[in-house]
Amino acid sequence: MSKTKLLLKNIDVEGIRFYETYRREGGYRSVEKALKTMSPDGIVDEVKKSGLRGRGGAGFPTGLKWSFLAKPTGVPRYLVVNADESEPGTFKDRYLMEFLPHLLIEGIIVSSFALGCNCSYIYIRGEYLWIAEILEQAISEAKNKGWLGKNILGTGFDCEIHVQLGAGAYICGEETALLESLEGKRGNPRIKPPFPAVKGLWDCPTVVNNVETIAAVVPIINDGGYEYAKIGIGKSTGTKLISACGNINKQGVYEIGMDISVEEFIYSDEYCGGIANGRKLKACIPGGSSVPILPANLLLKTTKGEQRMMTYESLSDGGFATGSMMGSGGFIVLDDKQCVVKHTYTLARFYRHESCGQCSPCREGTGWMEKILLKIENGKGNMSDIDLLWDIQRRIEGNTICPLGDAAAWPVAAAIRHFRDEFEWHITHPEMCLKKNFGIANYAKPIETVV
Amino acid sequence: MKFSEEKIKEVERIISRYPEGKQKSALLPVLHLAQQEFNGWLSTDTMNYVASLLKLEPIHVYEVATFYSMYNLKPVGKYMFEVCQTGPCMLNGSDETIKYIYEKLGIKPGETTADGLFTLKTVECLGACGYAPMMQMGKTYREHLTKEKIDAIIAECRNEIASKN
Repeated sequence: MSKTKLLLKNIDVEGIRFYETYRREGGYRSVEKALKTMSPDGIVDEVKKSGLRGRGGAGFPTGLKWSFLAKPTGVPRYLVVNADESEPGTFKDRYLMEFLPHLLIEGIIVSSFALGCNCSYIYIRGEYLWIAEILEQAISEAKNKGWLGKNILGTGFDCEIHVQLGAGAYICGEETALLESLEGKRGNPRIKPPFPAVKGLWDCPTVVNNVETIAAVVPIINDGGYEYAKIGIGKSTGTKLISACGNINKQGVYEIGMDISVEEFIYSDEYCGGIANGRKLKACIPGGSSVPILPANLLLKTTKGEQRMMTYESLSDGGFATGSMMGSGGFIVLDDKQCVVKHTYTLARFYRHESCGQCSPCREGTGWMEKILLKIENGKGNMSDIDLLWDIQRRIEGNTICPLGDAAAWPVAAAIRHFRDEFEWHITHPEMCLKKNFGIANYAKPIETVV
Repeated sequence: MKFSEEKIKEVERIISRYPEGKQKSALLPVLHLAQQEFNGWLSTDTMNYVASLLKLEPIHVYEVATFYSMYNLKPVGKYMFEVCQTGPCMLNGSDETIKYIYEKLGIKPGETTADGLFTLKTVECLGACGYAPMMQMGKTYREHLTKEKIDAIIAECRNEIASKN
């Protein structure tokens, strides 16, 4: 297992937030290397070789995404950094920007050079106001030192970065909603195609990438794509930031090589340090609230009886029937005293609140799911409500313009799929479910191996 | 109703971030600025003023202001406690936080104290899941909340007001 730190290696260096220290520790080397010794296409190739996949949640290969960018002459292109981090369980980009703002700026300069963009926007959620100020300060430091502005390092390349504040809307993490918001409109997702790579910000070709993705470009350029790809397993190359929260001993942001097991991540002192208060692991959402929740037994081992690893492939092994997803790396752990029905209810309420209202299945369906879940949670549900919930989520999934519909449907589907006993218990024990929880039941018992 | 000279300069600086003719993009940041300047909420007058400043139709400003949860469309207390209640915060006891604030201040989510000092609001995920339970208070996050911490925050607000009077 690898203990390599690429993004957070200098996180403990005092003053790393500021330019002088960041530069002294080797910062901005990738800009020198890229602008002076590499061609834009050479950088894109290096990112392709690295196998880097979008760290915001979708996991789409970054180099490939970059190669789709249209390049009509005389039309500006834009790089937009998605710092709208709002998937419940996810707080990694905040950590990166707050403590290593120059790493993001460095990544933006190199990426902009590769894409031929002279102007870049960091769209940051409005609640992260103090982080926007940290970024502004870092940008002005970088500009004073000649890393931003006109004719950087005498190469003729110009690059500006602006910070744009959102104003409280989960949907703006969806790239086309983000672009609408950046244009000063409601965050209603656009119908694709056309994709942003062809028609994005102000109808110009645009690449939208997550904060962590852009930061990862720095070590890829410094050490080379092949070197980056040596870390990890299969198509899960490099390191991933995981924000761990819920009922664990050590909540926080960890950089992992994608070659450790889920079990090691939860129980080792290096990472989560085990379940808090000496309790037992009941369930976990490994990749942000939208991805399927798994009971302890399916989380730690796949149905083939193999150890589940912290990789894109292993986390999704078994599909939605018995697996989940890497998603954004928002790792939410539930102990044996937690109620899955109540937890699912809070997530359904979240999606109802955040639905933009554009598509009927999501606008109406999220509200219905919230109401039914609250009814069941309060011991007022019927058995048929469980089937109704299942039916509603099925009718939302795949029937909306953007993935928020799917994101709202999956947590409800997975909760019913794996924790139906607990839903039924709420219905058959209406008095008791208000006073106590269903507990761990058989959710941690070993499962039969399916070969 | 008008921004100070200094704030007008800030609006101009914001507009300069975008290409010529795209000043509509300045709407979200300028609404934040207006909310800060004009009593913590966006009245119709405030929104109309922002529209005239950015040369937009007022309806355009209304439709944006009503979409985003950080814009307050009615008056709020001097201090706003925005307590996160989504999954990860719930797992760490955000229900207790909300209940305790109610016990201390007698306000439920959406309500403001009679003296106009405090507003309690429940919000959805603020990206502080590892530091739960938490709330946003103005520009800052208050994290790992306990009863003692909430007491201290309320006292801190009251002291600030007392020292100003």
